[in-house]
Amino acid sequence: MTQTAPTKAKMVNHNAAASPWNELGRKLALTLDTEELTNCMRCGFCLPACPTYRETGLEAASPRGRIALMKAAHDGWMMPDPAFQQQMDFCLGCRACESACPADVRFGRLLEQSRAAIAEHAPQSQREKGLRKLFLRGLFPHRYRLRLMGATLALYRKTGLHWFVHKSGLARILPLHLRQLDRILPAASSQGVVERIGTVIPAQGKKRGRVGLFRGCIMDVVFADTNENTARLLAAAGYEVVIPPEQTCCGALHAHSGEEGEALELARHNIQTFRQADVDWIASNAGGCGAQLMETSYLLKDDAKWQADAHWFSTRIRDISQLLLAGNPLPLQSLPKRITYQHSCHLQNGMKVAGAPESLIRSIPDATYVDLFEGDRCCGSAGIYNLTHPETSMNILDEKMNHVKETAADILVTTNPGCLLQMKLGIERAGLHDRMEALHLVDLLMQSMKKGENAHERTEKAQ
Amino acid sequence: MLKSEMKAELVAVLGDAHVRDDTESRVSYSYDATPLYQSMPDGVVFPSTTQEVQSVLRIASKYNTPVIGRGSGSNLSADTVPVNGGLVMVMTRMNRILEIDKENLTATVQPGVYTQALHQAVEKEGLFYPPDPSSMKISTLGGNIAECSGGLRGLKYGTTKDYVLGLEAVLANGEILRTGGKLYKDVAGYDLTKLLIGSEGTLAIITEATLKLIPLPQSRRALVAHFDDLDAAARTVSAIIAAGIIPCTLEFMDRKTIQVVEEYARIGLPQEMDAILLIEQDGPPVLVEQDIQCIHRIAADNGAAHIAIAETEADGSRLLAARRSALSALARLRPTLILEDTTVPRSRIADMVRAINRIAAEYNLEICTFGHAGDGNLHPTFLTDARNQAEIERVEQAFADMVETALQLGGTITGEHGVGMAKAPFLEWQVGKTGIEVMKGIKRAFDPQGILNPGKIFSDRSLPRKGGT
Repeated sequence: MTQTAPTKAKMVNHNAAASPWNELGRKLALTLDTEELTNCMRCGFCLPACPTYRETGLEAASPRGRIALMKAAHDGWMMPDPAFQQQMDFCLGCRACESACPADVRFGRLLEQSRAAIAEHAPQSQREKGLRKLFLRGLFPHRYRLRLMGATLALYRKTGLHWFVHKSGLARILPLHLRQLDRILPAASSQGVVERIGTVIPAQGKKRGRVGLFRGCIMDVVFADTNENTARLLAAAGYEVVIPPEQTCCGALHAHSGEEGEALELARHNIQTFRQADVDWIASNAGGCGAQLMETSYLLKDDAKWQADAHWFSTRIRDISQLLLAGNPLPLQSLPKRITYQHSCHLQNGMKVAGAPESLIRSIPDATYVDLFEGDRCCGSAGIYNLTHPETSMNILDEKMNHVKETAADILVTTNPGCLLQMKLGIERAGLHDRMEALHLVDLLMQSMKKGENAHERTEKAQ
Repeated sequence: MLKSEMKAELVAVLGDAHVRDDTESRVSYSYDATPLYQSMPDGVVFPSTTQEVQSVLRIASKYNTPVIGRGSGSNLSADTVPVNGGLVMVMTRMNRILEIDKENLTATVQPGVYTQALHQAVEKEGLFYPPDPSSMKISTLGGNIAECSGGLRGLKYGTTKDYVLGLEAVLANGEILRTGGKLYKDVAGYDLTKLLIGSEGTLAIITEATLKLIPLPQSRRALVAHFDDLDAAARTVSAIIAAGIIPCTLEFMDRKTIQVVEEYARIGLPQEMDAILLIEQDGPPVLVEQDIQCIHRIAADNGAAHIAIAETEADGSRLLAARRSALSALARLRPTLILEDTTVPRSRIADMVRAINRIAAEYNLEICTFGHAGDGNLHPTFLTDARNQAEIERVEQAFADMVETALQLGGTITGEHGVGMAKAPFLEWQVGKTGIEVMKGIKRAFDPQGILNPGKIFSDRSLPRKGGT
């Protein structure tokens, strides 16, 4: 029972000539969570859960393999190289491995630590660096610029430019899946949730508490309707809703792509904002944001000054489905449709919320809930993965749509903007657009509730 | 890295994508599920047909390079760690179920089929393949055969060796060997099928297997019995068997294991009990009901503190699924788990558990014990940390002590995981010098160059036996 030293591997000398890869190795040795690395006992229970392992059949593309690579780089018997970087990029970050892991290894954290080191040290093209800076630093954290983007996108559609791009053949220069994506993009709006309904919405019925609404960045531009519906549903369920306008982006995309410093800044800003708003819970309607917000306390674990507040913040994050289920019953009306549900990975594997969205769907009168085979597997959207790894993303999506087809559902429900767009894209690709639609859970519930309101209005008029 | 001529020959046969010797590939096939063992191969190959396996072995023989067959690398004896370098041959591309023969009740499979995938495929046809290692979701049938995997249903149905009727395997020199077939009766010469089962990749590479199926039991029902006294649990096991009942599953968990499994699976296990037995019976509903009631009575008579019968089959499956995750769930307590599978005759279980507890105290170590009580196959698991060298040394001593005790009780050094590297130093204690010599002779007959999975089963390190032989 003796440890066999890895033979035929030269121990990497990180003090040797300073190459970017060498620097990366040093950074990994310093920043990877040694406990998490050691906690992986290599039992392999994660393998069947991993989409990229299923795609390739390669150990290196599995969670166990990626951890082994990280550990080898961390322990200094492997020099990280472009292949190492590619393998970390290739991961969808769906964290299904975490739900499958009996040993409770937090793979997502290890992945983010690796990506942070890669972002800092690995050589990148100028274009990549520019794009990253433009989106992650220049856009998402800035409310005004986001609004401007919303207005531009709205203009793009309204002016007929959208039509022109498609009819003129200009769209043909885009890869197929991007052309399809452009077709399904919802109408962006220059009016976010605060501009539409203000910062405080009173509770209806028996009061259940005070909830801060996390409005997100992209969510509030591309899915502003959903944000508005979220606030209205919360109020209908008995919550007083506050939407502090100073809040900013959750930092998930920053953390996932290695911009750890920026993610930290955003986290501190959000903690302060919601602390001041004095709320009982903070509601998230996007699994990706919610999971990131829950990580706040881990993110700031080394920051003594912020620790207590970060813990307060992390433990108050709830998904909208959890709050609605715990609140006053919603006045839902008959919606005789077949409805199926695609889990958001970060809601399920990050926030550990499963069951609440399905229960809400089931509570809609006359709706038929149909299980989606492998509805708990990633849809391939995964942040910007569908842009960075289009082939794998589309393979995963097309396989998913085969299962969706089997359900013969009228409505496919998700709980995250990225997944929702991907599902719309999938429906388009599978030629199912005249048979079914994809909706955010919140919009589905609002549809069922509005039906009631409309019916109510109609009866009033009739009288 | 591979020698360039050899690599060129491999690429000519398998294609570029299926021969890898980059650092990333070598690192990611340098380990399996066994803690403390890791070693880099020179390269990794992914054959997709028997002919490709044949060609790889011919090339490997020519260059005198070790070949280590590998499925999912979920074994716990370090059998797929390339300790002498060489080629790791990953069999997962050969993953087709070739035939389910309902007339002869057999399934013919390639080695890379996942165990659970076969379960699902045959159960759809109303048939049953009983071997169910805890890793069955991911472990491959080729790996199961090479390791002679056991599982939770071993008591009533036996283990992998009882379900392999025929094999196709490639020898080290590239010759194809066919053994057995779809026959239940076959005594032509030596039983080479049985010889290859559990040979841990040291005799040949399995490329196809014909497996025995049986009718799927009509129903199943589980029961859980809690005990605040270890002996009561052990007495219950003996009494059930003595009453003429052979449950399909009879699992044991000690207090610490219960606590950890409960924390992971949240299925309502009692955290303050010293032991629980998870018992499942299958068969026609009337008989299952009768057996479960009888087991209930026996457990009560023997001092069970609480007994609960699962309401539905699904409840029972959940209980057993939780038990299957016991090993990995224990990793929540300490990072390194060293799982042993010392096995004793069923009647000596209480003695063995007591000895394990004594050893834990003596060497100041944490040991959790769970396992297949019905067949005496226990899994004492050391909870330790690979970074603590002093503790690891105590683990080694305690382990030797445990092996000694098991042998004294009439047991074996390994019930279902195989010898591999982890137990190689103890094999001679059990089979004696003659046993080792006969085994080495067989190895030479199959693989004169010694290129198939070298460094496994036979150890250079001969340990003195405390109690003497």
